[in-house]
Amino acid sequence: MAAPVRAREVLDVSRLPAYAFGSRSEVSFGTAGFIAIEGMMFALLIASYLHLRARNTVWPMGVAPPDLLWGTLNLILLFVSAIPNQLAKKAGERLDLPKVQLWMSVCLLFGVVLLGIRLMEFRSLNVAWDTNAYGSLVWALLGFHAMHLVTDVGDTAVLAGVMFAGPLEESRFVDVSENAFYWYFVIAAWVPIYVVLYLVPRIS
Amino acid sequence: MTAGLHSPVELEQERRRLTEVWADPPGFLGWFSHIDHKSIGRRFVVTAFGFFTLGGLLAALMRIQLARPDQSFLSADMYNQVFTMHGTTMMFLFAVPVMLGLAVYIVPLAVGARSIAFPRLVAYGYWMFLFGGIFLFAMFAINTGPDNGWFSYVPLAGPEFGLGKRADVWAQLVTFSETSSLVVAVALVTTILKMRAPGMALNRIPVYVWAMLIVSLMTILSMPAIMLASTTLIMDRLIGTHFYNQAEGGDPLLWQHLFWFFGHPEVYIIFLPAQGMVSTIISTFFQRPLVGYLAVVLSLVSTAFIGFGVWVHHMFTTGLPQLSMSFFTVASVMIVVPTGIQFFCWIATIWTGRLVLRAPVLWALGFFAVFLIGGLTGVMLAAVPLNQQVHDTFFVVAHFHYVLIGGAVFPLLGAIHYWFPKMTGRMMGERLGRASFWLFFAGFNLTFFPMHQLGLAGMPRRVYTYQAVMGWGTLNLLATAGAVLMTVALVIYLINIVRALRSRAPATDDPWHAASLEWATSSPPPPYNFSPLPGVATRDPLWNRPDEQPLVIGVDSTCREVLVTRLTDAAPDHRRKLVTPSAWPFFAALATALMFIWSIFSPWAVVWGSIPLTVALIGWFWPREGVSPAALRRQIESGDHAPSEATH
Repeated sequence: MAAPVRAREVLDVSRLPAYAFGSRSEVSFGTAGFIAIEGMMFALLIASYLHLRARNTVWPMGVAPPDLLWGTLNLILLFVSAIPNQLAKKAGERLDLPKVQLWMSVCLLFGVVLLGIRLMEFRSLNVAWDTNAYGSLVWALLGFHAMHLVTDVGDTAVLAGVMFAGPLEESRFVDVSENAFYWYFVIAAWVPIYVVLYLVPRIS
Repeated sequence: MTAGLHSPVELEQERRRLTEVWADPPGFLGWFSHIDHKSIGRRFVVTAFGFFTLGGLLAALMRIQLARPDQSFLSADMYNQVFTMHGTTMMFLFAVPVMLGLAVYIVPLAVGARSIAFPRLVAYGYWMFLFGGIFLFAMFAINTGPDNGWFSYVPLAGPEFGLGKRADVWAQLVTFSETSSLVVAVALVTTILKMRAPGMALNRIPVYVWAMLIVSLMTILSMPAIMLASTTLIMDRLIGTHFYNQAEGGDPLLWQHLFWFFGHPEVYIIFLPAQGMVSTIISTFFQRPLVGYLAVVLSLVSTAFIGFGVWVHHMFTTGLPQLSMSFFTVASVMIVVPTGIQFFCWIATIWTGRLVLRAPVLWALGFFAVFLIGGLTGVMLAAVPLNQQVHDTFFVVAHFHYVLIGGAVFPLLGAIHYWFPKMTGRMMGERLGRASFWLFFAGFNLTFFPMHQLGLAGMPRRVYTYQAVMGWGTLNLLATAGAVLMTVALVIYLINIVRALRSRAPATDDPWHAASLEWATSSPPPPYNFSPLPGVATRDPLWNRPDEQPLVIGVDSTCREVLVTRLTDAAPDHRRKLVTPSAWPFFAALATALMFIWSIFSPWAVVWGSIPLTVALIGWFWPREGVSPAALRRQIESGDHAPSEATH
């Protein structure tokens, strides 16, 4: 063994960093994988909605479209939540722990408010899930996005807890960055769902 | 640098240290904490073959029932459960898990990594798969096995006609198994894209690994469809939604669209790994690099693309518009082209190579014959008139068994024989290997070839019996005789495995003189896979002189550190400390299983069941190592780190 080992080219990687952010990190590929899975779910739900819309002559089937107020408010607030989200992400990538703690707390606050608004949204849909197929899809779309709000707010809460209480390593900041990455998906996913839920029923 | 950095003694010390760091915890309790990809991969394969055996026994019951006309060995109701259980088991609990599970074992080795990415997630995936399978068979044991066929069409499976809990059991089993497949797929994609040995640029990835990358991406894109379908089905049944209820604006055809949007890619999810195996085996046993590497890889990619555009050919009898039927006919015929290209590459490899005739290559050659027939009947079925004529007959049964057994099980059995020495350190016997192949080949054709004729003669699938006057008795008896032969063949295959495991003769590191990195380490590999870590400078590294391939040093051997490389050229990018073994994935899977099973009975399960799941997930993710936040701040402020290197 000894002879060929000596003859081979040797790559020394000991000077490479012990973690990396963004697409360099393999964690981001995991996050992207889950975003792809859930993005497909959203896309197929929307496709199902449009499929059933095409199959029915009246849409939304004999009920009023969802009220615009709460859903639109959610849309605006979700966009605004991108600001603390980006600040938390950047603070994480600068390894700035106090700022991470601050902006993650603000994100969490946004999350709680968004969940409250989501509750109001459910109450202003003007249809129940068991009224007809239209109602089933409306509830499924809103519910599936709500599930993402709940889980990501939960994620953020746990991660913020870790960042306040420890134990911490520098590589934990990668998770802060990834958590923010995922929140962008939650925001982005709401745009087409908002269009389908609130605007499509208003097109005659 | 080309200096000799390791003396043999130092290497030995380092390997001892690495073993301590990377070994899974011992003992019975430690068993629940395993996260070594080799341990989890082995469990996947063994468990999947356990379900294969159960699914095979169910098939045997059907063959006994159909051997003669007018038999009452199985009641009509039991027959419905048996064929549904057979299909569901083979598709969801055998074919996909065995392909992904074998990749969990092989892929990290073949790309020269110390571990799979996200090993705890992969362990969670295994437990979900196991719990789902146990759940399905436990429900079958109490006469609540699903009975609507493996694609569980509505309205038969809907609330109006699917009485009892049988259809719910099917829907939740699907949710279990897809959760498992999806998390494994994410881990495989990440491993392949980010953890390859330095130098393994995209054009040096072994073809089998390419196949698994594509399959994992297909899994990610297609399986959400079936999860959505199974969830909405159970909601229709449980809380009165109307997704599939025609009377309230729903559409039963929506089910078929969603199911086959998953269901057809699923066929390729099972078949593409097998194609990768065939390429590997052909190249190894004809002792030459695969001819047309680029063409083969591009064929795999285009098969995956086209595979997403053919699902409607399962729905040719549902009264769709002429235009869409024409479109999907063309797409279905077109998919033959990339597969044909691969066939010609294999033929060229065979033509220009020198055969070393061993049992694995027999399975690959058997695949050519059997899969070719399945592929040709597939082209026939892509034509709408023939499709409508033989829809839901035994012709279709014959076709997809030629495709799935020929296209996946033959290569898989060859691949198990091929990788067995790597996985166990023992060689399977050659004589028993050949005997099992020839018996299986004969038995398979005897079982399924007559079914083509039965289907053309009008025998519908999924009937529990038939009258003697139909004249189907002789061919059915032949098919049952073939099933006996297949059973004998598989028993011999199993005996071969058991004998090999008991034998004392160890396998060498590279008994087949193969080309890819998994053969560069010992058989079976140590917990840390490689030391020193390999780099590659060519596509078939082990067929070149060792001194042409670089070595990697500098990965910390005192903790579970892996090397992360760049996506395209696999240049080293950074090192990363991996998670430690943990039983939390097991508990998380247990909590998920509780929630899934409970939700068959009450929608509130989703609320209450999420509490233990949340606890388990927090336990899983809460870090154990590190310093207090204040200490970390001091550490960062004192400059005891390298943020400039670590950031973009």
